[in-house]
Amino acid sequence: MSTVQQETLAGSKSAGNIWVKRAWPWLACLVIALLAPTVLSSGHDIHMLSSMAIMMVFALAYNMLLGNTGLLSFGHAVYFGFGAYIAMHALRWSNNAVLDGTGYGVPIELIPLVGGLAGLFFGIIFGSFSTKKAGVVFAMISLGVVGLVEASSLAFTGFFGGEAGLFGDREDVNSLLGIEYGRSLTVYYLMVFWLFVCALLMFLLRKTPLGWMANAVRDNPERAQFVGYNTTTVRFMQFSLSAFFAGVAGGMFVLVEEIVTDEAIGFLLSGEVLLAAYIGGIGFFFGPIVGAALVVYLESNLSSISDAWLLYFGILFITVVMFAPMGIVGIIYQQWFNFRSGGWKGTIPARLYCTVTALIGLLGFICIVEMAYHYLRSWNPSAPMTLFVTTVDTTTALPWLVSVAILLVGLGLMLFHARPMLRRAVEAAGGNK
Amino acid sequence: MSQGNALTLSGLKKNFGRAEIIRGVDLDVRDGERHVIIGPNGAGKSTLFNLISGRMEVSAGEIKLFGKPIHNTPPHKVNRMGLSRSFQVTNLFQNMTTMQNLRCALLWGMGHKYAFWKLVNKQQEVTERAEQLMEQLNLTHRRDVPAGLLTYAEQRALEIGTTIGSGARVLLLDEPTAGMSRSESDEVVELIRQVTKDCTLVMVEHDLGVVFNLADRISVLVYGEIIATDAPENIRSNKAVQEAYLGTEVH
Ligand SMILES: Nc1ncnc2c1ncn2[C@@H]1O[C@H](COP(=O)(O)OP(=O)(O)OP(=O)(O)O)[C@@H](O)[C@H]1O
Ligand SMILES: [Mg+2]
Repeated sequence: MSTVQQETLAGSKSAGNIWVKRAWPWLACLVIALLAPTVLSSGHDIHMLSSMAIMMVFALAYNMLLGNTGLLSFGHAVYFGFGAYIAMHALRWSNNAVLDGTGYGVPIELIPLVGGLAGLFFGIIFGSFSTKKAGVVFAMISLGVVGLVEASSLAFTGFFGGEAGLFGDREDVNSLLGIEYGRSLTVYYLMVFWLFVCALLMFLLRKTPLGWMANAVRDNPERAQFVGYNTTTVRFMQFSLSAFFAGVAGGMFVLVEEIVTDEAIGFLLSGEVLLAAYIGGIGFFFGPIVGAALVVYLESNLSSISDAWLLYFGILFITVVMFAPMGIVGIIYQQWFNFRSGGWKGTIPARLYCTVTALIGLLGFICIVEMAYHYLRSWNPSAPMTLFVTTVDTTTALPWLVSVAILLVGLGLMLFHARPMLRRAVEAAGGNK
Repeated sequence: MSQGNALTLSGLKKNFGRAEIIRGVDLDVRDGERHVIIGPNGAGKSTLFNLISGRMEVSAGEIKLFGKPIHNTPPHKVNRMGLSRSFQVTNLFQNMTTMQNLRCALLWGMGHKYAFWKLVNKQQEVTERAEQLMEQLNLTHRRDVPAGLLTYAEQRALEIGTTIGSGARVLLLDEPTAGMSRSESDEVVELIRQVTKDCTLVMVEHDLGVVFNLADRISVLVYGEIIATDAPENIRSNKAVQEAYLGTEVH
């Protein structure tokens, strides 16, 4: 039986089933997104959720380059930033129009679209020369562009608002739906709307001729040319579309923050989005979504718990790059696959043992880092320091010794006992890790 | 003069640094013929293909495809003008499945270009053509296997499929049967015969059995120069060819 027949048969018999299969992750995400504010309901949490939605759009846009086209950009915040600034100008213009009573302005729901068009515009301009080559050349040019733009953001204060940035007001704008967006919860739902629209579009884009050829150009640019495709054009179009979605994220940012500063356009954000996409897993569509959620969560919570949060962040990134280049979603996918095919049978105790020892080692490491930060950075190192459930004095030797001991025991057990044990268990079960 | 010729090479030269690899090649490939190029290792056969297909720039001379100059034109443009090539070393989208490789090869030729407003899987024509090709290539049972995991012979078959997929009028095949067993090679030759019924074929081949079986005309390339172009039986009896090439390999 030919596959066409199979497809049509499957189509007529179980079209519903296929749709359920395809749609359930989306529906599940939608339910989670809609219900999240009932659990995370403080002002801080809702702000965090909105930031997650923004970062998800941005990271997905970024992955159109890195994951789908194989272009490593160090400066994608440029398009986020231009999207944000121009969306902010649109918002301010609309504010004035409403306050003067002179006009209607841009309705608030469409401000992200303004950002998107701005991103697209600048994507076309900078993409026209930066996508001529892939690889190192592209990466270097992206670095040059973000440097150039960040520098000009301080020079052209009229457009960028200088160091203080630009303010707008989301309450004094017209709404298509007649909704007041004063409450951050209402804005959050608008963010969810844009997130789903963008995510769905980017998901579908991967399945178009352009999306396919982006993969082809990533894997074998030479062959792509010999089937009729101009690799530069493919990269350029992917780049411009990616800049569009980055700009949408910038526009969303404006509605949540009501302020834009040069942070929205510079190196730091460019690095952050790379991190988010990579940690989540650039080989999976949902990778950047998970990565963005994690990065924003850590940023908004870890930073208030620990001064060393940036260090943990860096270590997390290095760990993923070195030991799990497929990212978090990649690991989950792999383990799930493994689990389903019975690869976990008989190895669960070993797996648990491995995880627990690793966590013990991690605990010891965190204690050392926290104490070091306290010792080196506090005015008075001998002041008592709260560390988890105890209080320690970092000028005495005991807490250090205990921490190092915890680290060594955890790490040692994991490396020299738990891992070999897991390996043996896996071999005995005849599966793979 | 170029009336009735698919390809015309005149005064073609290629140097790598000071090394002259192609040293003045004149060659007419007639529309619709199966033209095989033979020659010893390192004679410059692959280089000649690289020049024709736009992979390399020529040092001197010109190449015409149906009367239009194509030398120093980027490969994708040469491809769109109706010339498609395969590679001596398999050159596929390794992570993509058989089906995906064929679809990629079909997209441009079937007019989908850079479209980002339609889904590849919904293009029934592309799917049907790809399935037809797969049937011809004997790869239907390997539909969803990544190209990198196919056997060598299957990869070679897919390489040919990818080349003919775009519906080009002129095909360049660089040693399509290299490294294959007798029976595999026979299958491939049969396939080539089938798919080149109404297009022009230029092929590099070492296996003289295959060459004399398939060719309408043969050119012999030795050290960057064509020493003879003729019908198979005349090539067999050509003194210069025997000295330079055949004599050393066929007894
Ligand atoms: N890019 C290059 N740079 C320098 N020299 C090259 C290059 N490509 C090919 N050559 C040289 O040109 C000569 C001809 O190579 P080519 O691959 O065209 O030979 P061929 O006739 O296809 O041989 P084979 O039968 O082994 O495939 C060889 O000596 C090779 O070393
Ligand atoms: Mg060769």
